[in-house]
Amino acid sequence: MENNGWNEFEIGAMLRSFDGAATDIATTHQEDRNYSSSNSFTASVADWRIEKPLFNKDYCIDCQFCWIYCPDMSIISRDKKMIGVDMDHCKGCGICVEVCPTNPKSLLMFAEQQNEEEALAAWPEKEEKEK
Amino acid sequence: MAFDKMELRDIEVWDGNFAAAQAMRQAQIDVVAAYPITPSTPIVEGYAKFLADGYVEGEFVMVESEHAAMSGCIGAAAAGGRVATATSSQGFALMVETLYQSSGMRLPIVLNVVNRALAAPLNVNGDHSDMYLGRDSGWIQLDAYSPQEAYDLNFIAFRVSEDHDVRLPCMVHQDGFMTSHTAQGVKTLTDDVAYGFVGEYKPMNDMLDLDHPVTHGVQTEEDWHFEHKARQHNDLMTKVMPKIQEVFDDFEKLSGRKYNIVEGYDMDDADVAVVCMGTSVETAREVAGEMREKGIKAGVIGIRVFRPFPFMEMAEALKGIKAIAALDRSSPNGAPGMLFNELSGVLFSQKSDAALSGYVYGLGGRDLTKAHLVDLYNELQANADAGKVLTPLQQFIGVRGPKLSFL
Repeated sequence: MENNGWNEFEIGAMLRSFDGAATDIATTHQEDRNYSSSNSFTASVADWRIEKPLFNKDYCIDCQFCWIYCPDMSIISRDKKMIGVDMDHCKGCGICVEVCPTNPKSLLMFAEQQNEEEALAAWPEKEEKEK
Repeated sequence: MAFDKMELRDIEVWDGNFAAAQAMRQAQIDVVAAYPITPSTPIVEGYAKFLADGYVEGEFVMVESEHAAMSGCIGAAAAGGRVATATSSQGFALMVETLYQSSGMRLPIVLNVVNRALAAPLNVNGDHSDMYLGRDSGWIQLDAYSPQEAYDLNFIAFRVSEDHDVRLPCMVHQDGFMTSHTAQGVKTLTDDVAYGFVGEYKPMNDMLDLDHPVTHGVQTEEDWHFEHKARQHNDLMTKVMPKIQEVFDDFEKLSGRKYNIVEGYDMDDADVAVVCMGTSVETAREVAGEMREKGIKAGVIGIRVFRPFPFMEMAEALKGIKAIAALDRSSPNGAPGMLFNELSGVLFSQKSDAALSGYVYGLGGRDLTKAHLVDLYNELQANADAGKVLTPLQQFIGVRGPKLSFL
């Protein structure tokens, strides 16, 4: 698409979300949708991110707070089970970490270059409440 | 929601504003987003009354400015509705930013522009300053010289603008007060015939087609912007004129009223010609007839389609004319007039040796009288006889004080 000539675009700089009709889109998972090449889903914006959230499933209670609050639909959840973060579209805002209610948190922010295994191995302990 | 039809006499006495409002009713516009401004207010007021009285099925959106009016029209057109509004002068100027949006987004909106001077000093009367301000905005611009034409050109505008090969917004211009508030006989179409001519709105890439979601109003930088602008210009240059001609032909078959991209009057054997727009065309036609009685072979060219500019049609119309006057009713503010420049380009490209002179007239609603045009035709005849322009290239007509001329 980026090398299209003037006569190869649809008029009005109008962009389609999907190739073909999208009749049952609400009940179709993102990975099964027929996104067009002009849809932002097909573009990675990972390089907008400075910090990234990492997910530790050991502490997750599948409350779906992160899924609800994520402003970019980048929390992947299936059958109400948290699976992980869509790292192509997450912009590292940290809202998921902020709203995570577990102790310790199941999502924490790390520098973009942080190794995931090392981070999980060094995950913080449960914080004891001060009596 | 049902609506009532209106019984019209074959000929009604309407001013240009009411004629445009009636055409908007008969075209059954879905959405009018409007903000009032003299002298165009009665157009949208008229539509609002027809709507309130149950003569049209649609929505009237009252907004806080002309910028919002056109923005509302853009949203409604992108959603997939038949959309129109009206404005003048300062309101038009405030709308300019959104005019470029609507044409760039290829949304077929019809805008009735009742031409009026631009401040300062503030002035509510008719000149072509607002019409000229819109000429690079990517819209189609049609010019009506009378209430009848304001009525007819609205139907034509919808047909051209909404065509899927065109999809460009269209202005229908008429002169403030001289046309908009002067009642004349207007031959009408019945509601069924008028709507039949305009036709059912055929949506394209509409946002309410929920099975085919689209994004309108996108951002493109140096990588794509040029291509989209080139496409728009290409379609204005190649697709609009043939479509206008086709719709003019269809309209003539329907009504017997013939419109031309360039309206020549007594041009067949003319030596001298005045090129102008708006109500001045009708005055010039009358004077041209009187000049012929005095032995001057005078003709008039009225510009019906102002944008896209009818370059080749004008070249054809000016063939063999010895002296030509370009009449601009807008202050060029430091340049030759727009029509003078456009015609210079036409004549130069055709290697014409016609004597072309420019005139600035009628600013702020100042009358262009028959006496002015008699003098003008006499000057043109002198130019024709001499084979060159004997006067300065730019002269002001009808302004008080010492004679004003330049170049």
